[in-house]
Amino acid sequence: MATVEYVTIDGRDVPLEGEKNLLELTRKAGIDIPTFCYHSELSVYGACRLCLVDIEGQGITSSCSTVPAPGMVVRTRTEEIREIRKIAVELLLANHDQRCPVCPKNGACQLQDLSRKLGIEEVRFKPTQQVAPVDRTSPSLVRDPNKCVLCGDCVRACAEIQGIGAIDFVGRGADSAVKPAFGKDLNKVECVYCGLCASVCPTGALTPKSAVNDAWEAIQDPDKTVLVQIAPAVRVALGEHFGLPAGTPATGQAVAALRAMGVDQIYDTSFAADLTVLEEANEFLKRFQKGEKIPQFTSCCPGWVKFAEQYFPELLPNLSTCRSPQQMLGALAKEILPKTQKATAHDLVVISIMPCTAKKFEAERPEFMTDGVRDVDIVLTTQELARMIEESGLRFRELEPASMDQPFGFKTGAGVIFGVSGGVTEAVLRYAAEAMAGVPLGSVEFKAVRGEAGLREATISIADQTLRLAVVHGLEQAKRVAEQVRNGDSRWDLIEVMACPGGCVGGAGQPVAHDPVVRKLRTKGLYDADRVLDFHKAQDNHMVNACYDEHLGEIGGDKAHHLLHTCYMSRKRIAGRGMDLLDAEQDTKVEVNVCLGTSCILRGSQHLLSELGEAIEERGLQDDVELKATFCMERCSRGPNVCIGGTVIEKCTFTEANDLLSAKLAGLKDAPLPASAPSGSPRSADPARACL
Amino acid sequence: MNDTADRPVAPNLTRMADEYAAASAQIKQRVILCAGTGCVANGAIEVHEAFVEAIATAGLNVATELRSESTADVRLSKSGCQGFCQMGPLVTVEPQGLLYVKVTPADVEEIVEVTLRDGKTVERLLYEEQRNGRRCHGPADIPFYRQQARTVLRLCGYIDPEDIREYIAEGGYESARRAYVDMTPEEICGDVLRSGLRGRGGGGFPTGRKWELTRVQPGDKKYVICNGDEGDPGAFMDRSVMEGNPHAVIEGLLITARAVGADEAYVYVRAEYPLAVQRIRKAVADAEAAGIVGEHVFGTELGLTCHVMEGAGAFVCGEETALIASIEGKRGMPKPKPPFPAESGLLGKPTVINNVETLACVPLVLAMGADQFRTLGTAGSPGTKTFALTGHVVNTGLIEVPFGATLRDIVYNIGGGVTDDSGAITDEGFKAVQIGGPSGGCLTEEQLDLPLDFDSLRSVGAMVGSGGLVVMNRQTCMVSVARFFMQFTQNESCGKCLLCREGTKQMLALLDDIIEGNADAGTLELLAKLGNAVQKGSLCGLGKTAPNPVLSMLRQFQGEYEDHVFHKRCPAGECKALLMPEIDPDLCKGCTACARKCPVDAIIGDVRKPHTIDVEKCIKCGACAEVCKFNAVTGV
Repeated sequence: MATVEYVTIDGRDVPLEGEKNLLELTRKAGIDIPTFCYHSELSVYGACRLCLVDIEGQGITSSCSTVPAPGMVVRTRTEEIREIRKIAVELLLANHDQRCPVCPKNGACQLQDLSRKLGIEEVRFKPTQQVAPVDRTSPSLVRDPNKCVLCGDCVRACAEIQGIGAIDFVGRGADSAVKPAFGKDLNKVECVYCGLCASVCPTGALTPKSAVNDAWEAIQDPDKTVLVQIAPAVRVALGEHFGLPAGTPATGQAVAALRAMGVDQIYDTSFAADLTVLEEANEFLKRFQKGEKIPQFTSCCPGWVKFAEQYFPELLPNLSTCRSPQQMLGALAKEILPKTQKATAHDLVVISIMPCTAKKFEAERPEFMTDGVRDVDIVLTTQELARMIEESGLRFRELEPASMDQPFGFKTGAGVIFGVSGGVTEAVLRYAAEAMAGVPLGSVEFKAVRGEAGLREATISIADQTLRLAVVHGLEQAKRVAEQVRNGDSRWDLIEVMACPGGCVGGAGQPVAHDPVVRKLRTKGLYDADRVLDFHKAQDNHMVNACYDEHLGEIGGDKAHHLLHTCYMSRKRIAGRGMDLLDAEQDTKVEVNVCLGTSCILRGSQHLLSELGEAIEERGLQDDVELKATFCMERCSRGPNVCIGGTVIEKCTFTEANDLLSAKLAGLKDAPLPASAPSGSPRSADPARACL
Repeated sequence: MNDTADRPVAPNLTRMADEYAAASAQIKQRVILCAGTGCVANGAIEVHEAFVEAIATAGLNVATELRSESTADVRLSKSGCQGFCQMGPLVTVEPQGLLYVKVTPADVEEIVEVTLRDGKTVERLLYEEQRNGRRCHGPADIPFYRQQARTVLRLCGYIDPEDIREYIAEGGYESARRAYVDMTPEEICGDVLRSGLRGRGGGGFPTGRKWELTRVQPGDKKYVICNGDEGDPGAFMDRSVMEGNPHAVIEGLLITARAVGADEAYVYVRAEYPLAVQRIRKAVADAEAAGIVGEHVFGTELGLTCHVMEGAGAFVCGEETALIASIEGKRGMPKPKPPFPAESGLLGKPTVINNVETLACVPLVLAMGADQFRTLGTAGSPGTKTFALTGHVVNTGLIEVPFGATLRDIVYNIGGGVTDDSGAITDEGFKAVQIGGPSGGCLTEEQLDLPLDFDSLRSVGAMVGSGGLVVMNRQTCMVSVARFFMQFTQNESCGKCLLCREGTKQMLALLDDIIEGNADAGTLELLAKLGNAVQKGSLCGLGKTAPNPVLSMLRQFQGEYEDHVFHKRCPAGECKALLMPEIDPDLCKGCTACARKCPVDAIIGDVRKPHTIDVEKCIKCGACAEVCKFNAVTGV
């Protein structure tokens, strides 16, 4: 029988229950030890040195990296630790832009908070900050290095949870900084704008980009009709800003506030989510029956869409062509409302309130523009709406709840649960299962797809058919799933992907919360909201059905397709053709591509190219060989890369290339690799993927 | 599973040694030229060329490589560092055991004529004791060597580091052979633990315990790493061992691998040591060719793959977790411990990291036996330690003493005494010794008779560190010395952990305040508090030890710091901002030389009347003091 073991923390015995580290244990004991760099969902980094504790016999050490051992005697607030913590915070402040009142993180900043808690009244150290330029190039985020405390949370979140690594540490010692590769702007790198970096950032170094001024301008312009749509996840988080517990639905107050602020019409993005369910489920069923483009990936998360465009262009046909609910509502509003409201599309301003920073990017995509007018003009995050409500002087908690406007204000529970990971799948199932079975569903709750695991799989049998589902959140997890699909190892029919942990409720535009419990409460809030609604299935939304009848025609029909669907583009870094250097006359030529990307050039590809060119001319092969310089086969660490007639040679030497070329010319279609290539090494690969 | 017939025959060390001895016995005379870094910088390569030419001109037959059929008259070989760097280039002539110092190419002909041909001594090239002018014939005679206990360095500076046979002839690889053939891993760990060998890289952790912790880890894949990323300013002990006796390091690595059950080894060498990289690479290749390293070590079923990797130029990569990250191709930044490398090191596998000198000790421990090894050094710190002796001392260079030797032995006997700024011996000149480099602390006159070992040094706030030993005379400003080390660690902080990154920067700023005369009582207090915070709270060893020089000097030289802070005076006269140049009216003759020399016209006075300095204008350049023939200018 296991006996309970204890650690003594500040004189109290705290039972060990499998806590990973002392920091977690101490939190369980009700003591909040400050930290900037510890996140339960990220690897332990141990850099901020704020969570120091004094362990008897071991001395002062960081609690985040210490595994609790039975019998440990831990003190969290000795005089020495207090002094070290103060010094640590002062050191940070000495190298920090202290214009806190004009910082977007003012009031939600952990450094500010800690400084207040520790009672820091002066910074004893000299200011050492060297002002660095602020990067405002991203549509979604602002990166202000002058506020960075180098805790590395953003770096690890981007790499570990999203599998991207758009930002990382550069420089050493006092010159350390977090930057995109080569110091580029954030809009020039592979950032998908999910904003996870901003949501883990303890200070104002990474923040959602504000569009509040644009919104006010539109609202106060008498010539504009302003429509606002509110995303499902917003309603269970907005209240947090005003002191309501996380997960408390505050739709009514939000509507009342917006109306009081002067917004003309207020709609629910959940309405468009219901529409999405019908379109996407219909698309899925068609593909499923035909067995084409299966698995189908969801497409409502703009972070995931950009991720897929960047890293999995070959899977883009598998993405649902449905626009996201935000864009569906924008397109519908601009199409339908001018007909009924005497306002031109130009006079209509669609503002969406989103839990998400990537939605700002999505609304800017050229596909979502009609005659130069954006379907969604302005995207505000939950945080921004909260600030506008504050600025208006409205007492949020005292507002009398108000109702949404029609026609786009009516929703079912299906559209509401879009805001949580698993929600889209469940909503689609509520339609698809009924459609496949031909009889109404008994229970609408598919609990198998609910939960918190990064990858959840479920198999559901309906009318002799089996649907294999995967629900994924976090793009690192999505990457693993997508790789399996790409490799032909898919065991799924429908895959839902949300970039943010927990789905939209955990979006970067939501009020700042560092406690994972908050996300759970928001999730619960949305499932509760579903339960209290009258309808739970998108197909029961009579306003949506009326919309089809009056404006869209059939589900998946031409009109619906025009307004509600979209297409994707490969964002592979270099996707174009190479530069022709020697253009062969004959049709049966062998194509030789030499990569001239930076890494390959550094490894001598330029020289290799000229050697090959000379050899081809010397051998009189100009008509048989097409020699091209290409850019980046994306196997940079193994350069120089050369692709000859579809076979890639990594770490290519002239002899290897020349031998393979001869073999290819000799008509050996699948010429073996030169003998010098070690067998079993991944030096040649699928040419379709590698050769551009 | 393997057919033993396929297995390569175990190398026969005895036969190799015998063959080598026979070949070398054919040549009577041998000239060993020190090709350590110091001697090379002083022209040893040119001296070598001169020897080749002069020996040939003299009609003698010279062999620069030993072959079994060699019938040469003289064998000319290059060795690693012989230690007495200040006197380089050094030339040893065997069998006489003569050591010629400061040899130039111009001296070579005479050496060939007089010594090699006639068997006599070139007296003028012998080392002359500075105190009494006595000429010393060889190391046994020279106080610098006589007081040392060259154990790890015994072969370093004698053998040809690029000839594996000579190492084997000296008994090399026998310990490794026994480890693989005759001993069990438990026995090896036990022997090393009993010997009391402690890590020479700075921390002094018992090597046997480190191995045992790794040995008992489950799993087949384990790694051993040799940490050759020596980076302390002025330290070159590991470099000398890697350059002078690389096979000792490889042998130590082999034994370590056998002890913990590793089959893959890395030698991580600082890229700034190209010769060490080259020598280690050659040593690995030669050991592989000899059947010592490779798939079947000494013909056993046990294999060891050995990689040589160059560091990327960061001091912090000497920290073991940062070093592992660097080998893995990641940013060289330390990680919190635990997990210790013994549990989860390179690529997540159990890993032992030992310093170069530690590894070079290991074959000796096995050869001597644990008990014999313990007769060297102190009870708590058995064995010897190499130091790089520099600073204001007559003899600088690479030395090795048993633990327990006193500072007095080192400074006065081996070092030959303290020098003043002009290089002359001063009996009253000793101020302090900085030991352990940027992680270490200061020892003062009071500690001259302290037996040096891991624990005694720690008890006085210093540490063995990797072995830098800087002697400082009374003309040294301890604030400036502290600043020098602080500047170093601040530059070398990797930037990961807050206290080290920002803390060292602010400590440097506070020291600058003191040096610039901008400090007050709060500065000293804050410096001590900040130092304590960085020491206690930093993530890795670099940060935890970075404040040591400052804190140690603050304690030992409190008065000197207070002089700077409260009286705006630098007793050593080194801090320019605190200089107060004054003209002594009694000495000044009013010659106007200073006034004419002053670049900012800060000196006023009439001819033949005492001059004065306008302190507002004065830039403290010292030109007036230099030009004054009457020593009337003081305070500069």
